[in-house]
Amino acid sequence: MRDFYGVALDCPLMLGTAQYPSPAIMERAFRASGASVATVSLRREAGGGQEFWRLVESLGVRVLPNTAGCHSVKEAVTTARMAREVFATSWIKLEVIGHADTLQPDPFGLVEAARILCAEGFEVFPYCTEDLVLAERLVDAGCRVLMPWGAPIGTGLGLVNPYGLRALRAQFPEVALVVDAGLGLPSQAAAAMEMGYDGVLLNTAVAKAADPVEMARAFGLAVQAGAAAHGAGPMPPREMAAPSTPLIGKAWLE
Amino acid sequence: MRITVNDEPREVSAATLAEALDELGFGAARIATAVNGGFVPATARAGHRLAEGDRLEVLAPMQGG
Repeated sequence: MRDFYGVALDCPLMLGTAQYPSPAIMERAFRASGASVATVSLRREAGGGQEFWRLVESLGVRVLPNTAGCHSVKEAVTTARMAREVFATSWIKLEVIGHADTLQPDPFGLVEAARILCAEGFEVFPYCTEDLVLAERLVDAGCRVLMPWGAPIGTGLGLVNPYGLRALRAQFPEVALVVDAGLGLPSQAAAAMEMGYDGVLLNTAVAKAADPVEMARAFGLAVQAGAAAHGAGPMPPREMAAPSTPLIGKAWLE
Repeated sequence: MRITVNDEPREVSAATLAEALDELGFGAARIATAVNGGFVPATARAGHRLAEGDRLEVLAPMQGG
């Protein structure tokens, strides 16, 4: 059984804490989703940070701080160090952004930052692509969890490269894999779980839904359904039709 | 002395980072600090002397995805 640096999660849903209409709706969305993990960030203290932290603590979930918005290795590493102190966890969602429009990770900076942080005892959750060679380098750097994107952050396009995600799953049977970013619908989260992924991480799809609480509940159900389906061993697809109702005993009615 | 705190110019009389945080009202808040781009852990704040023109960053938990 794959886990997250020794931690088994009750629910494979990881939910972001940004962009909700209100803190109260965020809290209700978390409870409705059953999510086990909340992602958070570090920003300049402008008055709201302490209150926000009390709310997150009251959710009773694990916290996964991110290095969102970092474009250089130095920035990401420093942010991770600060996050470890503030949130009292070695978990870090490592983002090193390489492209302004697509928010595609910088694979070279990501590997370098992952190497530094793993050596310092961090438990790194790298936001990466489905590239197999990048994944190999991240595992070599010490990562035991990989978080490939489904689609660019905030797009809601779903799993744009299912072939690549399946290949990654097949290539790294020992590594916990989480589809992070780009999900828009619960069916896409279910599809990731059906592929054998160990979790999904999303934010915008819930926070920007017309009813975030109901959408959170839908995602919670979807990851459960997808995980159960994977465990149940899906039938192999085939091109030709095959009748499911027995032909034996069919009446002659011509 | 004059320093910047989260990019805002501030005048502080404190000699160390720990004293400056008290003076600026961050007291017991859950924050992390960096001076001139480098992380200064909480345990090192009392021994970290500030200099004129230092750039202090005070970061706190915030919403994130």
